[in-house]
This record gives sequence, structure tokens and C-alpha cells, in this order.
Amino acid sequence: MSNIFLHDALIYLAAAVVFVPIAKKLGMGSVLGYLLGGIIIGPFFLGFIGQEGKDIMHFAEFGVVMMLFLIGLELEPSNFWRMRNLVLGTGSVQLGITTIFIFIVFMFIGFSWQAALACGLALSMSSTAIVMQTLREKGLTKTQSGKSSFAVLLFQDIAVIPILALLPLLAISFVHAPATGNFALLSGLPGWAQTLTLLCAVGLVILSGRLMMVPFLRFIARIHLRELFTAAALLIVIGTAYVMMLVGLSPALGTFLAGVVLANSEFRHELESDIEPFKGILLGLFFISVGASINFSLIFNNPLMIAALVCGIVVIKAGVLFITGKLSRLSFDQNLLFALGLSQVGEFAFVLFSFIHQLNILSAQWTDILMGVTAISMTVTPLLLLANERFIEPRCGTKENEEKEADDIDVSNPVIIAGFGHFGSTLGRFLRANGISATILDNDSDRVDLLRKMGFKVFYGDATRIDILKSAGAEEAKVLIAAIDSPETNYDLVEKTKKLFPHLTIMVRAKSRLDAYELLDMGVNDIYRESLDTSVRLGIDVLVKLGVRKYSATRAGQNFIKYDEAAMHELAQHRHNQDTYIFNTREQIQLQEHLLTSDREVNPTLNDHAWDSDQMTNEYADAESETTTGNQVSSSLKPFPRNNLKH
Amino acid sequence: MNKILILFAHPRFEKSKTNRALLKNIGAREGITLNDLYEQYPDFNIDIDREKELLLGHEIIIWQHPFYMYSSPALLKQWIDLVLEYGWAHGQDGDFLKNKIVFNAITTGGTRDVYSPGGYNRFTIGEFLVPFEQTATLCKMIYLPPFAVQGTHLLTGDELNHHVALYSSLLNRLVNGDFDIEGIKKVEYLNDWLWPARGLTKP
Repeated sequence: MSNIFLHDALIYLAAAVVFVPIAKKLGMGSVLGYLLGGIIIGPFFLGFIGQEGKDIMHFAEFGVVMMLFLIGLELEPSNFWRMRNLVLGTGSVQLGITTIFIFIVFMFIGFSWQAALACGLALSMSSTAIVMQTLREKGLTKTQSGKSSFAVLLFQDIAVIPILALLPLLAISFVHAPATGNFALLSGLPGWAQTLTLLCAVGLVILSGRLMMVPFLRFIARIHLRELFTAAALLIVIGTAYVMMLVGLSPALGTFLAGVVLANSEFRHELESDIEPFKGILLGLFFISVGASINFSLIFNNPLMIAALVCGIVVIKAGVLFITGKLSRLSFDQNLLFALGLSQVGEFAFVLFSFIHQLNILSAQWTDILMGVTAISMTVTPLLLLANERFIEPRCGTKENEEKEADDIDVSNPVIIAGFGHFGSTLGRFLRANGISATILDNDSDRVDLLRKMGFKVFYGDATRIDILKSAGAEEAKVLIAAIDSPETNYDLVEKTKKLFPHLTIMVRAKSRLDAYELLDMGVNDIYRESLDTSVRLGIDVLVKLGVRKYSATRAGQNFIKYDEAAMHELAQHRHNQDTYIFNTREQIQLQEHLLTSDREVNPTLNDHAWDSDQMTNEYADAESETTTGNQVSSSLKPFPRNNLKH
Repeated sequence: MNKILILFAHPRFEKSKTNRALLKNIGAREGITLNDLYEQYPDFNIDIDREKELLLGHEIIIWQHPFYMYSSPALLKQWIDLVLEYGWAHGQDGDFLKNKIVFNAITTGGTRDVYSPGGYNRFTIGEFLVPFEQTATLCKMIYLPPFAVQGTHLLTGDELNHHVALYSSLLNRLVNGDFDIEGIKKVEYLNDWLWPARGLTKP
């Protein structure tokens, strides 16, 4: 292992570890943290990394490759089919109009029509990496704007395939594509042949996915070695990427296709959990290298031009997106989020620009400038979103708090519910039906508007923001319910509440058992695992359907919940005794195993002697007292011939 | 000093004026443990081990409840069925409750007079409580006559205060061991033992 490698790894990891927490603390999201970290360790500030940052970026682009593989995996064809109108509609409108606008602008600047068109296509791409990460962090993936964003990004990701295929055609009008140092098989061929090759490659990936990858994974899975499966997953991703590079195509697209093909296989979830950590780290690395690659000398030489380009492009993109959002009937708030969120130029632009440069459509200087613009626009997005959240929306859109009417006395409610999705809303309805008024915090503006119309007291915004909590009445309330979908956000909320509003009773929704452990560690006592009661209730009904008497089944269910809660507290302590740290998914599996064994050992219903008179019958067998001690009811859960009861 | 365990069963405690008055400040008194069954087991899923442990830690047990349909509310019956297990409370080796004292403390809407052979309810309270008495006997416990607040529908504030004071002094005497079991067993109601003049209960 070379010194240089360790040195680089040290710097990149340190940048991530230092800057991401700072950015998170300031409420900026991790993407901006990575980008800032990159800028600061880059050649123009601290200079820890020099021009070799570009090489690292090529390496880190692999994070994007993996991300696309994962996006592909999430795209089950049936899922895609349901979204087809949204994807095709908003996607084509956004891409088409943005390209036309940018094309016109660049024609004015004096580009050839080919170059202007190529730039228009490249610049209309948005960054899947930034947007998806940001949406996930803010818990907005399920809102209307989240869905529309995903649709547009998906369309763009798919559109890259035909765009890459079309670009060589644009180059035909040049005398010839000069041989670059590239070893790609494609570069010597005429445009039409390149297009043909590309389509062949796409077909190859789809075919080999069906015929080779799935049987291969089945074979690996039968060996039952976890790390081997991880290796196989990586091999598929890297292999596909390599083959695509070899024919001179974007590896990201290849793996995206491979992901789509594998989405239907039984290995989907396993692949996801195996690739996820690698993707996370590499994507972080990618953002850092984007930050580091921003050529500040270029900016300092032409500050006005660069600024004008960034502003112009962001304004055009956001404007077109806003219109697209209007057409697909997004509400004002959601539309703002959608338009600003996607207003940057995406990572695919890097790929496209280098390809465009290779084809000699664009000069080296302009390529450099536009790549710089791309990187800067990516840095600007998180800032724009931050400004939107703090300044624009509170004024123009859904207010954080409702405007109080003059005669409206502000009553503070005893209960605050953070998160009003399917969990929180059921809870809120129950409380309301019993005359308990609750203040609701939610970050989906559409839902907030609806709830306000229904007469709920709702605050709009990020529940982990202290000022919002305060104005929602956290100081006067008695109970705070953390019912947010994302466990991480719930942790954050719990931590802040415990520190700043110690008088509040905190009751938390937990997604899973591991989630509950985390919360126990944080000192929360009232933890509600969202699946426990429901699944036990279903289990009770299974027993009933199999002929067990309803009360016996219900009692068995009650005892199981009691036993499971006790086991949870016990295992939570036990967890700290393990000296090895295990990956999340693996921990889950180990836990399951542990639970299944101990369930068998301590069957909570076996020790239930209730109404069991077997013993008694033995003692009193010969005495007449048997008749006085009641009916014999067996507590073992044997099917009871219910028909006999119908007289 | 005796320790008293009150096994209290009332499904609508918040609405019961009489029982609230009787139990006011009781749980905090030394030597008395209040086990509010409907609060403890809203799902009727009684924790048998916990209940057994409680029983073992006390010498005097009171089943306190409103008199519903000539008996106790369902959860107390559930408690009796589940906790007083064969082999523990009765039957072979079932000696864990032997010689503990137990009695019912009840509230009834009707007056004492309607619970008599000639009255509306045809039987006496003592007769209605025979299942409890025999359960205690089966478990080798000493069963005392009931403490009863009757005619709760028409109770005035003063009368209620009187009953509260009676109950309070009953608990005091039991805690302090200021009683003679054979003497107590002779009365029809513990109220009469405490207040031979029959005080405010109307003739």
C-alpha cells in the first residue's frame, strides 16, 4: 500500500468527518458539507490535494455509478409503469424546453449550432446524487415535489442513453473525429456505427442480466458466505461498468440498466444493502472531489462571465422547472422546492462534457468553464434550498405558523405530534375523537394546507428546528410524540427535546427493534414499535382462523407482546456486551436468530395455567368436588371444535 | 403491625364519588398498598407472578369494589380465577395464603333494608357474598364480614364523610392489630363492629 494512497485517504476521510457534521449542525445537509470540505482541501485553499483531484474524481464517479445501479434496482418495471405518465410528461417537458432555451442563449454567445445543442442537452441534466440525498435527508421523498423530482431525474438518467448515442451524429459535420489517446473501441468509428454499437451494448447488458447475472447470483447465494455475495455484487457493478468503458460508453448507464434488469430478481434487497455503504462513501468522495475540482483561477479571471453563466443557467432551469411543476399541478410551495431543488447541473454533465470535448464539438477552454459552472451550480443548490426554507417559503408559501386572527386566543395544546404521515394521523384522529387537541408539526406543505383547512393547529417545517418547536408550544405542552417516518430524524428530535425541553414526556414511534434499542440507549422509556401490535394482532387472527378460541388466542397475543417488550429491554443491554461491531443488516439477522431460539425456549403461553384444571382434576378425581370447581378449560392452544357450540 | 393490600376493582372509578372519597389519601398511608386493578390491567391480562408477590407481602387483603349485579366487577373475578391457583392458594401444598385475613369492602346503590329476606333483593349481603367467603375458606384464609357503604344514590355529604371516617378507622385498627378476630366474626357488617350505634344507616 503506497504512502500516497494512505495520505489521500486520510485527507478525504478527515474532510468528510470534519465538514459534514459542521454542515449538519448548521442545518445545511451533508451534500453541502462534502462540497465545502472539497473546496477547502482543494488546490485553491489549503492545497492538500492538487490537480490529481481530477483523477480522484474519476475514481469517485464510481459512487455515481453505484447510485444509478441502486436507482435501477428500485425501479421495478411495474413501479415504473405506474409512474410512466409523470416520468414521460414532466421529464420530456423539462428536458425539451430547458435544452431549447439554453440552445438559444448559446447561439447568441456565438457557439455553432452543434455545440449549442450539445451544451443545452448536457446542462439540462440535474444532479440525481444531490437531489435524492437532500430529499431523503429532509424526509421529502414522499411529498408531491419529491415524486416529481424523482420522475424528472429518472427521465434524465434514461435520456442520457439516447443523448450519448446522438452526440457522435453531431460530430459528423466536423471533418473527422481525431484519434485521442483513448483506447475505447468506439472512437475510430463513424457516427452511425457508434450509435449502433451503443444500442447493441444496451441490449447486451439487458440480455446478460437476464441470462447470466441472476443464475450467477443464485450460485453464489447457495454458498452462504455473506462477504462472497458482497464481492459478487461489486463484481457485477464493476464488471458492467468496465465493459461499458471498454466500448466507450458511460458506465453509469450500464449499471443503471443492470440494476433495472436485476430489480425483478429475488436478490434485489440483498444487493441493495450490500452496495449501499460503498455507494454512500464513494458519493461523498465524489462531492468532495467536485468541490476540489472547482477551478477558482478560472473564476477569478472571468468572475463576471462565470457568475453570469451560473445565474443564467440556474434561472433558466428553475424557471422551466417551475412551469413544468405548474403544468403537473404542484402547489406553490411544492413547486418552489421542486424548481430550486433541480436547478443545478448534474454529474452527468461531467460525463457529457468530456464526451463532447472528445468528439471535438467543444473547445478545451469552454469545456473547462462549463465544468466549473456545473460544479458551482451544484454547490449553490443546497444554499438555494436553505434560503428557500428559511426566507422564501415562510413569506410566500405555506406559513410556518398560521396567521392568527385578531380574536384568536392562542391556546397551547398539551400534546405535540411531530410527523403526520400514516402513523401520526391515526394517532391524531384518535386523540381528536377523544377531545384531546394536539399541535401538529409536518414538513409536507400540501398536507399542512389540508390539515389547516380541517381546523387542525399545524406548524409547517422541520420538526428538529428549535425555533419551530418553541413556537409550537413545546415549553407549555406535556407530551411530545415523535412520529416521523425517518428514524434518524426522530433521534435528532428526541435528543434536542431532552436537552431543551426536559419537562416534556417523549413518546416515540420506532420502526424496528434496532431502532428501539437506539432510543433505549438515549434514555427514552415510551417506545412504540410500529409493527409489533399489528403483527401480533394478525397472528392472533391466524390462530383464530385455525380454530383456536378467540379469547385464548387474544391472551396468547397479549402475553407475547409483554414477553417481547421484556426481551427487548434485556437484549438492549446485551447488545453492548458484544465486542464486535456488526453491519446493520447482519445485526438484524443475528437478532432474528437469537429471538427465534429464545422464543422456543420461553414460550410465553406454555406457562399459562389460567383456568387449567388438569392438576386439580387429578387430586379431586375421586371427590365430588370436581363439579364444584368449574368447567375444565384447556389453556394449550389447540383448535376447539367450534361447531359443537352451535346447538 | 399488619400490612394491608387493597385489591380495588372499579371500571369507572373516575365517576364513583363514594369510592373516590373512601380511597382518598389511602394509597399513601403506611402499611397500606392500593392495587388499582382496572388501572393496572386495562386489557384484563393479569400478571399472576406480580399479584402473588403482592399477596405474600401482606397479611390482610381487602376486595374493594362496587356491588354490581350482586357480585364484583368482572376483573376482580378474573383476578380470583387466575391468581388463586391450585397448588399455590389451595389444594395440595397450596398453603401460601393460609391464615391471611380477607374481606369485601363494597358500595351498593340500595340501602341495607332492601337486602333482606323481606326486601326487594330477597337476600342479605352476606348471602350474596357466599362465593367470596367459600373462596377464602378454600384458600385457608380467615374471612371477615363485609364493610359496606349502602344507599350511595341518596348519600348526603355528611353521611359520606361519616363512612369515610369509619373506613379510615377500620384500616387503622387493622394495621395496628387492634382487633379480636372471634369478636369481629360475630357482627353482620364491619361497620357495626366499628359503630355499634349504627349511626347514620337509616333503620
